[in-house]
Amino acid sequence: MSDQATIDRAGLDELIAILSRRGHEVVGPTVRDGAIVYDEISGCDALPAGWTDEQDGGSYRLRRRDDEALFGYAVGPQSWKRFLHPPELTLWRARRGADGELEVSEEPPEAPSYAFIGVRSCELHAIAIQDRVLMEGAFPDPFYRARREGAFVVAVNCTVAGGTCFCVSMETGPKADSGYDLALTEVIDESGHYFVCEAGSERGAEVLAELPRGEAGPEALAAAEAGVARAAASQGRTMETEGIKELLYDNLDHPRWDEVSERCLTCGNCTMVCPTCFCTTVEDTSDLAGETAERTRQWDSCFTLDFSYVHGGSVRSTPKSRYRQWMTHKLATWIDQFGTSGCVGCGRCITWCPVAIDITEEVAAIRADAVD
Amino acid sequence: MRSIEDLVGELPTFAGLSPAQRELIAGCGSNRVFEAGEHLAREGDAADAFFVIRHGRVALELAASAKGALMISTLGEGAVVGWSWLFPPHRWSFDARALEQVRAVAFDGACLRGKCDADHELGYVLMRRFAAVMLERLQATRLQLLDVYGGPDGE
Amino acid sequence: MAAPTASETTPSAGRGPMAPRPFRVLSRRQETEDTWTLALEPADGGPGPGFGPGQFNPGQFNPGQFNMIYAFGVGEVPISISGDPGGEGPLEHTVRAVGPVSAAICRAEPGAQLGVRGPFGSSWPLAGAAGRHVVIVAGGIGLAPLRPALLGALAGRDELAGLVLLCGGRSPSQLLYREELEAWREDSRLDLGVTVDSAEVGWDGDVGVVTTLIGAAPFDPANAVAFIVGPEVMMRFTVDALLDRGMDPADVHISIERNMKCAVTQCGRCQFGPTFACREGAVMSYAAIEPFFRTREV
Repeated sequence: MSDQATIDRAGLDELIAILSRRGHEVVGPTVRDGAIVYDEISGCDALPAGWTDEQDGGSYRLRRRDDEALFGYAVGPQSWKRFLHPPELTLWRARRGADGELEVSEEPPEAPSYAFIGVRSCELHAIAIQDRVLMEGAFPDPFYRARREGAFVVAVNCTVAGGTCFCVSMETGPKADSGYDLALTEVIDESGHYFVCEAGSERGAEVLAELPRGEAGPEALAAAEAGVARAAASQGRTMETEGIKELLYDNLDHPRWDEVSERCLTCGNCTMVCPTCFCTTVEDTSDLAGETAERTRQWDSCFTLDFSYVHGGSVRSTPKSRYRQWMTHKLATWIDQFGTSGCVGCGRCITWCPVAIDITEEVAAIRADAVD
Repeated sequence: MRSIEDLVGELPTFAGLSPAQRELIAGCGSNRVFEAGEHLAREGDAADAFFVIRHGRVALELAASAKGALMISTLGEGAVVGWSWLFPPHRWSFDARALEQVRAVAFDGACLRGKCDADHELGYVLMRRFAAVMLERLQATRLQLLDVYGGPDGE
Repeated sequence: MAAPTASETTPSAGRGPMAPRPFRVLSRRQETEDTWTLALEPADGGPGPGFGPGQFNPGQFNPGQFNMIYAFGVGEVPISISGDPGGEGPLEHTVRAVGPVSAAICRAEPGAQLGVRGPFGSSWPLAGAAGRHVVIVAGGIGLAPLRPALLGALAGRDELAGLVLLCGGRSPSQLLYREELEAWREDSRLDLGVTVDSAEVGWDGDVGVVTTLIGAAPFDPANAVAFIVGPEVMMRFTVDALLDRGMDPADVHISIERNMKCAVTQCGRCQFGPTFACREGAVMSYAAIEPFFRTREV
């Protein structure tokens, strides 16, 4: 599928308008509360033009760029999982009749048909990972599937690497290689400000054909490639992934876990911002009369004591055990469970950790003096 | 009718001892049968003897006034009943009651202590055996104390 | 007679994986001070759609599997099925009241309705036990998830080299299924050992932890499979005692208890190392999980 073209900012506006006319709820990055978050957008005016982010362990700041790039930043605190795997969802409602009969009515899994603008390669991998977790088991999640199927994906190839990014190490970017309908690479140079646009699906090609576009000539393609290469070369972090599953399995009692647990607050920020974390809890409630009840599902975190509670106490009562659970699940047991790493190298957990715990540093520390 | 020495040879407690050692031990032993309900020993009595069960089950009990006898543990085939013969003041700490017909080899405590004093190698081998069994009994008792199953008032 | 397995059900027909099916309580029998056995049948008119085109027949489950049981407005918990896997009888669950949900379930009188989702999880490998000894060691409420295995083993007793049931409990009044235990004591098809940690006056059975029964139990450790359920401490020491007797870790199977909200590998809570207790468990072979079992707080 190498339908390629170049479009400009007006073309991007038209793309958003077309998607909206096709019935999609268009969602993309926008500046709010000092961060770049994902929300409904109606056009390029809502995009973070001229903004970039400075990210490091426990630190996130927006800064003005000296150009008007629309995608000149890495990823913010949110990921697309807040649309596909919503933080709160009603699963069903129930009634109890006079004779005690129980009647359960499931919520229909209807959902808006989304169009996501600006999905980074790491995020595409994260979505594919959650697809596997939530749709490929024996009991596919109908709510996830309703949101996922039909979602139109406009990817953006990163030309700016974030301060905590390590997608190159995780082989998840910076270039998007699949899972999108259209992919954009922003170019700003002497020849102008435009996007190289590539279709990744039939309907992507259809939409591209409706846009005012130019030819994607060799200079444009080279400029796009150079941008992606710059992002690849300026990654904020690296993670050695060779043998990482065995490394962690063999070192469950490594002293580093004690060390990191002295810093970890078990606040759970990492699990909230992580694009692949999927754990949830379920809440069963009823009205005061005991006639109606409902079940809702909510995001939860393995860092809570409740998470592993069984009669008699929590299996993972210490912060050490909970940090170890999160990290070994993300990097090791996930591989046995789902065939890939659970980590896509987006760096969010490093940026949003209040005490700047760095997952790449923790792995390196264990590697440095591991038990074989 | 088998000799005491043969019976000693069958008891797991004394497995692997040399024939000479078995003979020495057997010299202190005698064959005993207890009917169901009969006591092998009573709390407070002089502990002149200990028993190794060949067949049947024995309950260790403490008499507790209002509640009758409280069973602490039951012992079966191959088990050693009684340690107080080893150390002064040589008094039984519990009642030992046969729950069914029990056939056991009874050992004269003073006799065996004497032989161990005279033959330190025999003494060492026996002490190691008894210590191992006591350790196992201690571990099991600790587990019992843990009350792992809990109950309506507990966990 | 396999339970509708995950691959046989599709959620498009029938209900989604998180919606309970109404079941009616047929009977309620108190076992101990805090444990009841409930018999249930579908309230929607006989065996109907379970999760999809498969029929949930209450008798159709594999020994070791569990259901998620919902008490209206209170919550839902995983409870092992404790009924006869080969029978035509109702769905049976023995429940211990340890929290608000299980207490609400235990209060359900005949005629009341509970929600049921399932069956989920792995099962005791009875099929592979032909020609071998089956050794079942139950501690406390652990006898409930093992009862289907015992009934299955009794039904297929001719195929087995031997059958041993060892039960441990806190005290005589805390033993489950006491009438059945009496019947099993007289049943020549199995060797039964029952012991309590703490005797009551009038008890003439064994006193001591259940591991003390293992040494003398009549089975060939080189040709046996063992199924163990009880508090984790008890399972650990029972596994040690069986291995000391010469059993192969791959032949020793235990049941893992973990927090569960979904039972369909999506809430993430029941993970135990790389396994999901709701799918690879609750029944797991000791050999498969040993390194994680021996590490604290995994």
